[in-house]
Parts: sequence; structure tokens; C-alpha cells
Amino acid sequence: MKIKILGIGCPKCKKLTQHAEEAVKSLGLDLDAEIEKVTQISDIMKFGVMTTPALVIDGHVKSVGKVLSVEEIKGLLK
Amino acid sequence: MNKKQNFLLSSITVITIWWLIYRSLAPIAAWFTYTLLGMNHGSHLAAAVEFFVYEAPKVLMLLILVVFVVGIVRSFFTPERTRRILSGKREFTGNVLAALLGIVTPFCSCSAVPLFIGFVTTGVPLGVTISFLVSSPMVNEVALVLLFGLFGWKVAAIYLVTGVVIAIVSGWVIGRLRMEKHVDDWVYLTQTGNAALEEELDWPARIRLGLDAVKDIVGRVWIYVLIGIGIGAGIHGYVPQNFMASIMGKSWWSVPLAVLIGVPMYSNAAGIIPIVQALLGKGAALGTVLAFMMAVIGLSLPEAIILRKVLKPKLLAVFFGVVALGIMLVGYLFNLIM
Repeated sequence: MKIKILGIGCPKCKKLTQHAEEAVKSLGLDLDAEIEKVTQISDIMKFGVMTTPALVIDGHVKSVGKVLSVEEIKGLLK
Repeated sequence: MNKKQNFLLSSITVITIWWLIYRSLAPIAAWFTYTLLGMNHGSHLAAAVEFFVYEAPKVLMLLILVVFVVGIVRSFFTPERTRRILSGKREFTGNVLAALLGIVTPFCSCSAVPLFIGFVTTGVPLGVTISFLVSSPMVNEVALVLLFGLFGWKVAAIYLVTGVVIAIVSGWVIGRLRMEKHVDDWVYLTQTGNAALEEELDWPARIRLGLDAVKDIVGRVWIYVLIGIGIGAGIHGYVPQNFMASIMGKSWWSVPLAVLIGVPMYSNAAGIIPIVQALLGKGAALGTVLAFMMAVIGLSLPEAIILRKVLKPKLLAVFFGVVALGIMLVGYLFNLIM
């Protein structure tokens, strides 16, 4: 499973990354989930995302412009 | 009783309780000051205490209500929807729509660049995009509530209307100047994908978003609001000194000076209110102070640095110049009529 966090490095993006890491850990997915930060604007735009941070799971945009809670991310990962 | 009726009933109950408390704030403040604390009528300290005990809960209650309502309204306007509305719109109509949508579309300043690219690469004209980017920070709901609470509805209304007008005109002027070639070249080459993410929210979800906005915004700004009202209370009833009147008064050069001082400063709308209160208390003119406030929250160096990624220096300079000019006109207008 590939998880991407899109954002140019604002505080909210860091928070979302943190939440994603926690969600992955608590589901015990450490081994088969990899989290990648996408910080290049041109790469972010390819996903059609205009508000950051955004969460992408396996190529699908799951949320834009908000910091999901750990629980919400868990729900998306299951 | 079904869910919908239940929901309606509890909303009405909450609003009624809010209204009842709001209405009784003035007598409670008077009772607190003169009966409970036993202070003397007519003393400066008593007037200051009464002012604070009345204004602080009043402004906070207004803030909670407005931020909550704006949060719900914003749940209807995603940036994606706004872009679809604005795409291919003609000048002027587009500028007016963009300025209005800028108020209700949620985005934080760190999203300014992706929004800009997302807009201009999918058929939203440059000038219309600029109108959107100007109105969003310029017309700020927190500033609006504070102006309403502390200076009355007329000042708040003029702030709202002039903010929207500045956004419309700045975008329109930049559109007329045909400055598309001053957008950095890579912007138009960017491939903008299509995020097929359209969430349909139900009402409980929208209310949750409204509550989140209250928690986030009011949680961040309440301390500045209290400091601002505290300063207001401190100077309440005292004759304003003319200390600031000489440099932030109604002279023709005080408005441009206020804007020049304001642009390099960066603060959120609530953080600036204590300063506004203090300046007014020291005899500064309202128009001059308002121009200063708009320059601080509408134009800032961090914003310039962010926008420099997509705008060439010339367009960035025109952008700041046009908006600063608009703010100065608002300052002069206020000084003239107040």
C-alpha cells in the first residue's frame, strides 16, 4: 500500500503526516505500507489537488485541504 | 419525532438560549460592576470594568456564532466547486463572482500557490484569479465581527463592502493590463490532473465542520480579542491623547504612511485588533487605522514570497501596488466620512 501526503511543508502537512504514521502503526501495517511526502508543486498538481494537505492512497485522492484524524485515516486504510 | 424535527428543535433551542444570554449581558455587566463589586457610578475604573465585562463575552459570543455560520456556509463551497463556477467566466462578472466566492471558499495561505495554478491552468482568467486571491484574506470574518462589536455595524459594513470592491477592481485592472506573460512560464505548462473527489456532506457533517471552525479559529484568536478589549477598556472614558493624531491623523500623507508601515508587518486579523484599539485610543483617525489594518492582513511579505513562485517580479509589484492603492482609497474614504 502506498500512502502519499501532498503538501509544500506547512504545519498542517506535517500534522497529517504524523497522523498517517500513527494510523499505519496502530493498524500494524508498518511492513506493507509506505508513506511518501510529495512536496513538489508540479507533482502535487498532477493529482489535481488545489488545497493542501492532501492524502493519496494507492493513487486515489482521499482527502484535500484538511488534517484527518488518526481514526479517520484508519477508516480509509481498512 | 423523526431525526429532522429533532435536529430543528435543538437548533432553535440553542439559538434562543444564545439570544437570551446575549440580551442580558448589559444588565449583568452593570450588576457585576456596581452591585457585586460595589464600585461607584461615574468613576473611570468602574466604567472600564463595566466595559470589559460587557464587551468581552459579547464579542466572543458574536465570534462563535459568526465563525460557526461561516464554517457551515464554507462546507458548501469547495475550491473545486469555486473553480468550476469561475472557469471561462468573462471579465467583470468573473471578478465580482471571484471576490464574493473568495470570502466563502475555505483555504489557508499555504494553498495559495496550488490554487493559483489550479485556477489559471483550467480556464479561469488571470484577473479573476487575482480577485479571488485578494478577497480571501482581505475580507476576514474575525475582523468583521470585531469591527461590528467594537465600532458598530456601519464600520463593519463599510469594511466588508470596500474589501470586496478592492478585490474586484484589483483583479479587473490586472486582467485589463494583459499581464499573462508575467506569470512564471512553468505555471501554464503544469499538468493539472482531475481529482475526482466530490464529497456529498449531510447536515450533521456540516455542523461538525462549523464546530471544528469554532474550535480552530476561536481557540486561536480569543486571547487577542481579550487583549484588544482590555486595551479598549483601559482607554474607555479617558480623553484620547493626541499622541498618535499627529502621525496617524487625517493628513493626506498619513494614509500612505500607514499602508507602508503595514505591508511588511504580518499578523492575523485578531492579533491586529489590540493595536487598532490602542492607536484609536491615542487619537489616530479611523480611516488611517483601517488602512493600516487592511495592509497588515491583506498584504504581507510572506505572501509575496509565496506568490513569487508563480508571479514574475513585475506582476507581483503590480499586484501589491494595485491592492495597496485600493486600501489607501478606503482609508481616505473613511477619514472623509467619519
